[in-house]
Amino acid sequence: MVPTIALAPASGKWQSARDWRRGSPGEGFDLPAPMHGFANPARFLRMARWLMPLLLVSGLLLSLGAVLYGMLVVPPDRLMGETVRILYIHVPAAWLGMAGWSTIAIASLVELVWRHPLAAIAGRAAAVPGAMFTAICLITGSIWARPTWGTWWVWDGRLTSYLVLLFLYFGYIALSGAAQRDMVSGSGGNRITAIFGLVGAINIPIINRSVVWWNSLHQPPSITAGKSSIDGTFLWPLLIAALGFSLIFGGVVLARMRMLLADIQAEARLRRKALA
Amino acid sequence: MSDIKPAGGIKPKHQRLVLVVIALVALVGAGLLAAYALSNQASYFYVPADLMKDPPEQGRAIRLGGMVEKGSLKTQADGITIDFVVGDGKARVPVRFTGITPDLFVEGSGVVAEGRMEGQTFVADNLLAKHDENYVPRQMGDMTEAQAKAVVAETK
Repeated sequence: MVPTIALAPASGKWQSARDWRRGSPGEGFDLPAPMHGFANPARFLRMARWLMPLLLVSGLLLSLGAVLYGMLVVPPDRLMGETVRILYIHVPAAWLGMAGWSTIAIASLVELVWRHPLAAIAGRAAAVPGAMFTAICLITGSIWARPTWGTWWVWDGRLTSYLVLLFLYFGYIALSGAAQRDMVSGSGGNRITAIFGLVGAINIPIINRSVVWWNSLHQPPSITAGKSSIDGTFLWPLLIAALGFSLIFGGVVLARMRMLLADIQAEARLRRKALA
Repeated sequence: MSDIKPAGGIKPKHQRLVLVVIALVALVGAGLLAAYALSNQASYFYVPADLMKDPPEQGRAIRLGGMVEKGSLKTQADGITIDFVVGDGKARVPVRFTGITPDLFVEGSGVVAEGRMEGQTFVADNLLAKHDENYVPRQMGDMTEAQAKAVVAETK
């Protein structure tokens, strides 16, 4: 028996959740009832169509406002002077670099346990913007470190574990891309990618705790549960920038999920034409 | 649906959930053990108390981190050599450095010095300023703590 291409509907159009069933017997997805709604690709795409621009536009407005406010209005810091302004890009980017891998980890868990048809796609969609924010965080941090610490880079716990996160992203992107190309042969590539996503998540608490466990040049966390050692003048625009960046991240993930689904659909169509 | 129930009556998805949770617990445990074992090796610098407890060999390249003690900073006659004391509340180490200091290097703030012990003095080749977790606007930084509190209370 020729294994069917996962996610590709026979008719070329998605109508119901049944279209998502994987090829071989016993491999069908098995979702708890509340997740069934979103397993319907047509419904997911309908929702993504209006949610994506909403997230992108509101996120762009919020982050633009907050970053401009941080660049022009916020007073210079007592010690750092003007370089404090890089905070408004560095901190939201750092948060999203880690939130991006957390998204991958959750998607991987859902893929492994419930075999949700959208899980592998969501993980793959989150990887590229996550890697981009990780790179932005490392670059802006380096630019800030030169005038503040007196060096571009040091191999302390925080910086090293964050650089490892960037390499994990590269690995995940390569692996998920290969799994996608291999889908026809049904080699279980998505499962290998998901295992990598879960194992890589161990780095997230290490990044978070690195400045507490080990002496590091990077400062300890300024914002801990309910408390902040960042003055209110600096803090409010920072929180708004973090919210704005997060909305942009959500919008980009939805856009990439739509793109990946369209890719799969087009691929299936081509294959059918080639067979006919 | 497509679930083939094994004799035990456990659904495959529940079996997978249990397996993944066990794997995750093992993984996190391994990670924590590794981090715990690394606790000394992965530190970027020693604090003065570490040097007192376990003195390193003379001349071995190490990093020393701590606070520059208030009132300890003295410039030598040549104008570019400075002496100061790095402390962590438990021990104090005198440091000598020749060269240009980073902008954030001031008394009472954090510093990481790269160099070696020569006698009882730490001779630094390079100084890195360590920023703490506090972010305070310039105007408020010049106030005393009580004044700053009053301003914050007013603007609340």
